[in-house]
Amino acid sequence: MNLDHALIVSFLLFGTGIAGVLLRRNAIVVFMSIELMLNAVNLALVTFSRLRGDLDAQVLCFFVMAVAAAEAAIGLGLVIALFRRHASIDLDRATLLRS
Amino acid sequence: MREVFFYFFAALAVLSGLLVITRRNPLTAALYLVLAFFALAGVYVLMDAFFLAAVQVAVYAGAIMVLFLFVIMLLNLGPDDLPPIMTRRVRWLYAAASAALVLLFLGLDLGRRLPAPTPGAAGEVGAIAARLFGDYLLPFEITAVLLLVAIVGSVALAHRE
Repeated sequence: MNLDHALIVSFLLFGTGIAGVLLRRNAIVVFMSIELMLNAVNLALVTFSRLRGDLDAQVLCFFVMAVAAAEAAIGLGLVIALFRRHASIDLDRATLLRS
Repeated sequence: MREVFFYFFAALAVLSGLLVITRRNPLTAALYLVLAFFALAGVYVLMDAFFLAAVQVAVYAGAIMVLFLFVIMLLNLGPDDLPPIMTRRVRWLYAAASAALVLLFLGLDLGRRLPAPTPGAAGEVGAIAARLFGDYLLPFEITAVLLLVAIVGSVALAHRE
């Protein structure tokens, strides 16, 4: 298997995630795009782990997944709080940090 | 055969990713995201990262996606408007520009190819666990605290006043 192609897939996924964060205004879709970026980084880590023949990168990948789970919980709590305040989750409406 | 499966899963992952950010309905986007996660789990299996493939299915396609779908259902979100750059006319222009950029990137002679992978241990549960409970024991325990803090934090955030 050609590892360059795995890295290119990782690049494309990361770019897709960036595009989603920059272009969409729906908070949930923005969070999903962040998850896409984290997955792209995980794919790159697995690729490098395979390339170097050691498993430390896969342990780091496991930690990335754990942090992503925590981040998803916090992020969705934030989305619910945003919805309570504005009755929508359009990020363009969330322009103030104060209530 | 490995190559065929690899390219299948890779194409599935990239296409699902693109569908995630171009759907108007968040629920549809979430389902495509599940597809992308499963495709990446397949890629991990092909790279001998068996433990990570299992964790990918359990944590990402399971837990995290349940969270997303729960919130989408809770907030009763319908389709939203796409930004102007994703409307019908501009979308193709944008896609063509992106495709040209990617093809340029792929067409460039990237010079030195990656060396052939050195044969190492497969990332199965035992091999990962030996590291996780050896060199990485402290980060592992800190992760447990981090998850506890995340639970408390999300409850505090979503708590109805």
